[in-house]
Amino acid sequence: MSILAYNGGAVVAMRGQDCVAIATDKRFGIQAQTVSTNFPKVYRMGPTLFVGLPGLATDTQTVHQRLKFRMNLYELKENRVMRPKTFSAMLSNMLYEKRFGPYFIEPVIAGLDPYDNQPYVCNMDLIGCPNEPEDFVVSGTCSEQLYGMCEALWEPNLKPDELFETISQALVNAADRDAISGWGAVVYIIEKDKITEKHVKTRMD
Amino acid sequence: MASVLVPEVPAPGFSFENCQRNAFLAQKGFPAPKATKTGTTIVGIIYADGVILGADTRATENTVVSDKNCQKIHYLAGNMYCCGAGTAADTEMTTQTVASQLELQRLHTGRTVPVETAATLLKRMLFRYQGYIGAALVLGGVDRTGPHIYCIYPHGSVDKLPYATMGSGSLAAMAVFEAGWKPNMTEEEGKKLVRDAIAAGIFNDLGSGSNVDICVIRNTGPAQYLRTYEEANVKGKKQGSYRYPAGTTAVLKQRVIPLEVESVAVHPVQAMEVEPSPSRR
Repeated sequence: MSILAYNGGAVVAMRGQDCVAIATDKRFGIQAQTVSTNFPKVYRMGPTLFVGLPGLATDTQTVHQRLKFRMNLYELKENRVMRPKTFSAMLSNMLYEKRFGPYFIEPVIAGLDPYDNQPYVCNMDLIGCPNEPEDFVVSGTCSEQLYGMCEALWEPNLKPDELFETISQALVNAADRDAISGWGAVVYIIEKDKITEKHVKTRMD
Repeated sequence: MASVLVPEVPAPGFSFENCQRNAFLAQKGFPAPKATKTGTTIVGIIYADGVILGADTRATENTVVSDKNCQKIHYLAGNMYCCGAGTAADTEMTTQTVASQLELQRLHTGRTVPVETAATLLKRMLFRYQGYIGAALVLGGVDRTGPHIYCIYPHGSVDKLPYATMGSGSLAAMAVFEAGWKPNMTEEEGKKLVRDAIAAGIFNDLGSGSNVDICVIRNTGPAQYLRTYEEANVKGKKQGSYRYPAGTTAVLKQRVIPLEVESVAVHPVQAMEVEPSPSRR
């Protein structure tokens, strides 16, 4: 069994028209035993910047803490908000530093650039190879199901409400076909003037 | 105020902090997952006026395509680019590290850096890590001694050749080169040959796919990076729309976080006609 499947979890992020959305399931389990149904893997790092860290839960927490530390130092030194591309480069470096003893997470980054409001999504493998596509990114134990759902459902220039429906259905249906993901979901829709956090009703099995 | 978790000045280079834990997990039956590889077809040729590099754009994680349009031709210097095959993070980071070393060298010496320098820096680094950094590279560039193509293998060996191919699609591409390469080709012939070699890799090798990227580095003038020289595989048009009507997804609770938006609006102002004020007597 892969170490990334020890705790389970799934994260997906999509680009829309002047908005991005990121969604996570809420299960925390130890192999087959579900321990908590309130463990979202997406964290808000900046006003319009979110990072999802699915994988081994201990590394999720450690990497989140180290990222927060590095980001705080950056914002204090530079006296400005960090851009998503820069954040992505920082995370990639942090993960590559551990090239021969990696953190077991495959992160997803979603955000709006604070200066020109361009949407941005990025995902990485566990050693920090970045992938910045124009459409969507997926990660977690049901990534193959998520690829299938997103390829079918995503289309360009979705408005925030439409993007919410698309990303929620992609996550919920993919997680239904994975025993160790699901048990609740949270979706964040990030626009330039507001962030909407919605807890989605899912199957609890 | 340093701690073990976040040392104040982190030591440069790789950190082996997690190795003991990861070895323990592997021993308990949880092996580490595979990293993204680039399957890949990468090529480089020397033609009459310089070098041409080519690459496909598919990145895979086992058999799943994780990136349909990744960039495999990495910038090293104004006169040198490097295609990378193997573990994607390794090729990305290795080329970035060497690019910054080359820039320092350029500033230090005040000259264009020779292509041989890049090959030496790369091979020294890769040999030091005994092949554990899985980067197989085709380095191409032009310096004062002319155009050069180097093949650099993950264990640190270097081949200097007039035409080279690397990656899982290298056999398909090399077949095209062996049939079609000749010395002193024109730029158009060279681009066509490189395009054909990459296409051979894309259509015959499962680890390569999507589009053809080309980079032309001439003896005179800057390098020309033709990202998506040819979109060899166009995604079909979707026949249906799978949008869900609003309200399909059941929401348990919702919260809106408003954000302060600072916007600057510039209005042109007309100059006003002002009557001269009456002077006091």
